[in-house]
Amino acid sequence: MGKRVLMNGNEALGEGAIRGGCDCYFGYPITPQNELTAYMAVNMPQREKVFVQAESEVAAINMVYGGAAAGKRAMTSSSSPGISLKQEGISYMAGAQLPGLIVNVQRAGPGLGDIQPSQADYFQAVKGGGHGDYRLLVLAPASVQETHDFAAQSFDLADKYRMPVMILTDGRLGQMMEPFELWEGKIETFDKPWALIGAKGRSGNAIHSYWGQAPGLEIVNLALQEKYRLIEKEEVRFDTYKLDDAELMLVAYGTSARLCREAVDLACADGIKAGLLRPITLWPFPSREISARLARMKKVLTVEMSAGQMVEDVRLAVNGAVPVEFYGRLGGAVMTVREIYEKIKAIA
Amino acid sequence: MVMTPVYKKPKTLRDASMHFCPGCGHGILHKLLAEIIDELGIRERTIGVAPVGCSVVLYDYLDLDISESAHGRAPAVATGISRCLPGAVVFAYQGDGDLASIGTAEVIHAANRGEHYVTVFVNNTIYGMTGGQMAPTTMVGQASTTCPGGRDPETMGNPMRMCEMLSALDSPSLIARVKLDGPAGIRKTRATIKQAFEYQMAGKKFPFVEVLSPCPTHWKPRPGKRWSASARKWRRFSRSRCSVNSACRTGIFCCRGFDGSRLPRPLRSRMKGNLTNVIPAKAGIQEVLA
Repeated sequence: MGKRVLMNGNEALGEGAIRGGCDCYFGYPITPQNELTAYMAVNMPQREKVFVQAESEVAAINMVYGGAAAGKRAMTSSSSPGISLKQEGISYMAGAQLPGLIVNVQRAGPGLGDIQPSQADYFQAVKGGGHGDYRLLVLAPASVQETHDFAAQSFDLADKYRMPVMILTDGRLGQMMEPFELWEGKIETFDKPWALIGAKGRSGNAIHSYWGQAPGLEIVNLALQEKYRLIEKEEVRFDTYKLDDAELMLVAYGTSARLCREAVDLACADGIKAGLLRPITLWPFPSREISARLARMKKVLTVEMSAGQMVEDVRLAVNGAVPVEFYGRLGGAVMTVREIYEKIKAIA
Repeated sequence: MVMTPVYKKPKTLRDASMHFCPGCGHGILHKLLAEIIDELGIRERTIGVAPVGCSVVLYDYLDLDISESAHGRAPAVATGISRCLPGAVVFAYQGDGDLASIGTAEVIHAANRGEHYVTVFVNNTIYGMTGGQMAPTTMVGQASTTCPGGRDPETMGNPMRMCEMLSALDSPSLIARVKLDGPAGIRKTRATIKQAFEYQMAGKKFPFVEVLSPCPTHWKPRPGKRWSASARKWRRFSRSRCSVNSACRTGIFCCRGFDGSRLPRPLRSRMKGNLTNVIPAKAGIQEVLA
């Protein structure tokens, strides 16, 4: 059992990343993730690790690219508009098969929006905000403990599959304080014969995403897709709550899922058979896990702090078997438990 | 009779045929880099960064650990690599569109932080890979596909002078402009880049070498004419003296590193000749012309 401490989600994430073997952090100021950068500014140099405040989000992600190319565990963090700026670099990392951790502490958009929490970057995270056929492995924590743990585990996932991993949290999860246990797991070590560390006794290595014309580039793309199919098979994570005898399945992640849990309790107390399925990996999405539980369901309700983004993946998973309802709040508004409960009552 | 080799292909140069156009400077510069790396004995600890542009496949020609980078982002990638591998010799090989346009912010901030890597800035005054568009360094009057009537400073600005801009910063240990023009220019280029590598190996910050390099394809020489108007301008540009330090007779920009002075002497204006089209005088920095 790890030591129990009290931190906010952003700091817990930083400590988790350090425990997960983070060698270098590159970031740029943006609210509501600044506590994470500040935590790394203190704690990375103390542990003789690299910390650089980059001149821009674009530079930060490309420093991550450089650190990863050198075989190190590299990360950056930002919030929605900053993540938009990083998309070019993320696509290059995916194309060059470089591991790394990107944290998005989501805020409300579009545009400058506001610094209030939001879940409106689901499409960007899951469908690929950058160009080309690529995926990110996207982890969505719903507590400070999970934020901490996922940060610690993310580098192993990134190294295992040689791809960028994103932790998709939000301003609320980032700012709130909760007690949690420090992660004391074991870090896996991965051979990186591809890394750029100097061509000692061998021919030079190259890290690149340029492949000239097809068929070379198509072959590379097909190999990427093969990797993604393997991840879809191996890495789906989800959680359920009171779902075993439910007739109404709520699907929500992150902050919304916490609220849905309480709404499920209220509904059950009223005799409504509601349960919750919480995707933890947003990609790979738990589609099979949702469709496997539809036999008893009369309806599915997706709840998000957005106009309805994940609900599209829920509808694909449900594939018309039962009606899929949606409840969302937009632009930085966070729904209350009561609102979700009222929605459940209205459709049950 | 025993034959002894007097000249060989450098080891660091791969045995590959290059894709560069006839007359392009990149091939010469690649070979110079390979020779320098061999001479310094640093092949096994050198890491190159080659961003988008004509030289993006540097890894096909130099037998080193090399990373591609996104357009303009080589300074950030080189920062990431050199911060993570303090003992390595890191260099970025950037073109003018890359370094002086889309990557202006990255290079200025890497220079200001005094990052420990060498920059080889290949300035051929044009976007080569994309087919000859106006670059930030395109000379006044020089035609390109996007300034077909020639660069007009009224609406397109004057050519960016990166050496002069970077020399305003305190961190860089060496800023030099050299030219791939004739045997003497090539030898000077080789010596200067070698010096930049030695600076980096000695822990000095951000050595930066601008290399004026020809792009015959996109300067569009006309049949029967030896040099196009662009090429003539470029030759005049490349043969000019140091554009900041009037005491300098090296024929290159050298406000740092060679003569030990941190900042150029007070500048005198000696405006003459026809270089005004190439490097226009500005308030603050006045040009010293041949």
